[in-house]
Amino acid sequence: MVDVRYIETLMEQVPDPEVPVLNIKDLGVLRSVEEKGGQFEIVITPTYSGCPAMHAIEENIHDVLRDTGISNYRIKTVISPAWTTDWMSDSAKQKLKEYGIAPPERSTEEHLKAIAIGKNKSVTCPFCNSTKTHLTSAFGSTACKALHYCDSCDQPFEEFKCH
Amino acid sequence: MSNDKIKSDLIEYSLRIGDTSLIHGHRLGEWCGHAPILEEDIAITNMALDYIGQTKIILNYAGELEGKGRDCDDLAYRRDAREFRNLLIAECPNGDFAMTIIKQFLISAYNFSLYSNLTKSKDETLAAFAEKSVKEIAYHLRHSGDWVVRLGDGTDESHRRIQNAVNEIWLFVDDLFDVDEVDRNIAEQKMGPDPEVVKKEWNEIVTSRFKDAHLEIPTVNNFLRVGSRQGNHTEHLGYILAEMQFLPRAYPDATW
Repeated sequence: MVDVRYIETLMEQVPDPEVPVLNIKDLGVLRSVEEKGGQFEIVITPTYSGCPAMHAIEENIHDVLRDTGISNYRIKTVISPAWTTDWMSDSAKQKLKEYGIAPPERSTEEHLKAIAIGKNKSVTCPFCNSTKTHLTSAFGSTACKALHYCDSCDQPFEEFKCH
Repeated sequence: MSNDKIKSDLIEYSLRIGDTSLIHGHRLGEWCGHAPILEEDIAITNMALDYIGQTKIILNYAGELEGKGRDCDDLAYRRDAREFRNLLIAECPNGDFAMTIIKQFLISAYNFSLYSNLTKSKDETLAAFAEKSVKEIAYHLRHSGDWVVRLGDGTDESHRRIQNAVNEIWLFVDDLFDVDEVDRNIAEQKMGPDPEVVKKEWNEIVTSRFKDAHLEIPTVNNFLRVGSRQGNHTEHLGYILAEMQFLPRAYPDATW
């Protein structure tokens, strides 16, 4: 039966275009699915204001639903509450780590302030768990990542930035 | 205060934020493919992307409040220089890398102070915009702040270059805090922060990093330029608009 729960399950088939190891539910981009008068409303939120993947995500949602023959839905984009990496589940963080990307730390106002004034601590290497690492590039292949280098296992790695 | 007055102030206030993001983002975009190293090319364009994303949110809101059916594209591409409300510092040319970094740092510090307070706005959209944007700005501020220290505390040449950039750009710093009736009304309505608080926090961020970078704040106070809030710009804005608006003006409603 096509209900909210079924649609939610289908959304797990929608990958994030830039971090394909995660789907949009893992990432917290999918906010909710609701039924309103026979129509499903799929609410999504951008990770970053200028995230160029939002269009691709919408297209991917259309594709998945089209393949299942569902057409009574609409996609709504909201910016509030602002997306945070805290919406990422523990299993999603684990998936990231196994993929070689250091998962984000817990997002707090203090943490954000520390970042802003450049007093944040080093990131843990996803390969060897060492904290002897250094930042090599504050911005990575996507807006949500930074590049680091592990001085213990001599591996470069990406970090999913805390947001 | 009448509702019409509050609304027009809110439109004006949103345009100031949105236009600064737009023009600054456009300036950063000029570095695409030209930055001194690959990492910087990626960093600068990533920041530009954040700014353009923020611009879309806030200019769409200004258009919605105005109620004349204009969206962010109409506001970005179909207004002339005198109607722009961006801070003067944003339109200043990129100069060398030191100048770009100083501009980026001063604007990031300003946005960080403004937005972290704007999250408490009584206006829901402004608060949501700020909540979203401040996280992005925190990373811009770290990045540019790290560079300020690296260049200021680096070689004689890098120090000379960045101190020169500071001296040159300081002409436009008063414009950040040249508050007028709109800013005061918005603060009074609890829709935006007290400009004095923003100034104080900006000062703390800048002073602390400058200290680490051994940079001096210039003491010359003559001929300081202000006026962005009234749409009085430098000669540079017209050239930016000529480039930025050419395509939508020449081919209205073009899509690709």
